[in-house]
Amino acid sequence: MSCEPILRVRDLVKRFGGFRALDGVDLDLNPGEVVGLVGPNGSGKTTLINVVSGIYRADAGSIRLGEREIGKLPPHRVAALGLNRTFQVPKPFRSLTVRQNLEVAWRHRRRPGPGVREALEFVDLASLAEREAGTLNTAQQKLLDLGRALVAAPQVLLVDELGAGLGPSELELVADRLRRVAEAGTALLVVEHLMGFLGRLTRRVVVLNAGAQIFAGDLAAAAADRQVVEVFLGEGH
Amino acid sequence: MPRVWSGAAVLVVVLALCLVLPQLYANQFLFFDLMVYLALAQGVNILYGFTGYLPFGYVGFFGTGAYGMSLAVLKLHLPPVPAVLAGGVAAVVLGLVLAPLLRLSGAYFAIASLAASQAVYYVVANPSLTGVTRGPYGISLARVYHPSQSYLVMVGVLGLTLAAVLYLRRSRRGMVLQAIRDDPQSAAMAGVNVVRERVLAWLASALIAGLVGGVFAWQISVFYPATVFDLSTSIMAIVFTLFGGTGTLLGPVLGVTVLFGLYNVIGVSEPQYFQLIYGALIVLLVLFLPGGAASLLKRRGIDVL
Repeated sequence: MSCEPILRVRDLVKRFGGFRALDGVDLDLNPGEVVGLVGPNGSGKTTLINVVSGIYRADAGSIRLGEREIGKLPPHRVAALGLNRTFQVPKPFRSLTVRQNLEVAWRHRRRPGPGVREALEFVDLASLAEREAGTLNTAQQKLLDLGRALVAAPQVLLVDELGAGLGPSELELVADRLRRVAEAGTALLVVEHLMGFLGRLTRRVVVLNAGAQIFAGDLAAAAADRQVVEVFLGEGH
Repeated sequence: MPRVWSGAAVLVVVLALCLVLPQLYANQFLFFDLMVYLALAQGVNILYGFTGYLPFGYVGFFGTGAYGMSLAVLKLHLPPVPAVLAGGVAAVVLGLVLAPLLRLSGAYFAIASLAASQAVYYVVANPSLTGVTRGPYGISLARVYHPSQSYLVMVGVLGLTLAAVLYLRRSRRGMVLQAIRDDPQSAAMAGVNVVRERVLAWLASALIAGLVGGVFAWQISVFYPATVFDLSTSIMAIVFTLFGGTGTLLGPVLGVTVLFGLYNVIGVSEPQYFQLIYGALIVLLVLFLPGGAASLLKRRGIDVL
């Protein structure tokens, strides 16, 4: 596999009023690679995902997907070019059925990818295809969110705390599916608080604090890094 | 597909009733007004039921259509039917001008659309524009007055409106609009051009109000700015829609039939009670039955079109 990064983020800045939520973030993702994105609450993880996916507009910096600069594109264009995401709080189309949820994405896909039925089976929701999405439980809604993103056949998938609130067997399923997505060549950026879950997906993590990267490297080395420990546990540890 | 047929059946029955009832009960004005509200309620339905924007200033498009039609007759000397189309076009143009309002959401949008409709009203009614709009002195279309023709054209406009809602109920475009209403961010990540779809729904709903306003002007033929920019027109259309159930074809039809009927029984003889009842209804609906009367049927497992 080539090592030309599929996603290249440089000097990304996002301000909310006087607060710099992202303060010059750099990030590279290679095809098929899984990178964990960790950091304390408010460190800018979700903001990073929102900016990269086009939900927020960056104040400075560049975001390149392959050869394309996508930093100024609206989210539906970003999705069409092959970058997709899931949401921390799942956001299904509540009044549509599970199948229709995926049909919406399938109708607007711009890249060859899985069909609706295939995606439903992949995320283990085929038996609930005709249920109204608003009646699903949180775990099922998270899987539906993942299915909706996969139908768009992303080259880069940003996963925002998919594991939070899931039980052990659901975590196992989600970890397995994410691994298979990565093995098929999609680059994954996984925001996660559950280190055990993250450890099953990747060794490579990026640690954010106050909108800036403070560590990039091996998960085990991160746990031994003095600055990382301080940020997570406070000084004196 | 049987569901498409049942939708077409609803459409045919409503239109047939509108044609036949005036022969049985000779009050054409009552049935004309009924059709005006049936169409306006569906126009509100297209915007609110399928995108979640509540247009309190919806009457602005209605008034613009009425004036667009009248000016096409008086200034351009168009025959009435093309003039009605011109009224629809005028409303669409206003819709384009006001499209940036869609950046707002919830109550902010409702209030801004209300303010916009009042702004249009004050421009039209301005004495300085008497040479163009006849300002506060109103319009007379006596030259083209032809109530039986305008009644038939109104049936046509209503048919068009019901067909548009049926299309949205049954088509993928309607599904996409519903997706946007449920969650615009998710819809964008599903590849939907959220802004474009919303603007199209907004313009479709403006077109309907414009056409209805145009036929209304033709039907009554003499009116003042306050007649066609009356806020209670917006409010009635919204209440009818909410009462019946948004996002469905039958809901607004049901809402208009029941509440407009009630209006003609109570509202005419005792208007103050009527206002009280409507006010209470809005509050109760929003609190306890946001899905409208149609949702009661839905809860019993009856599929509402």
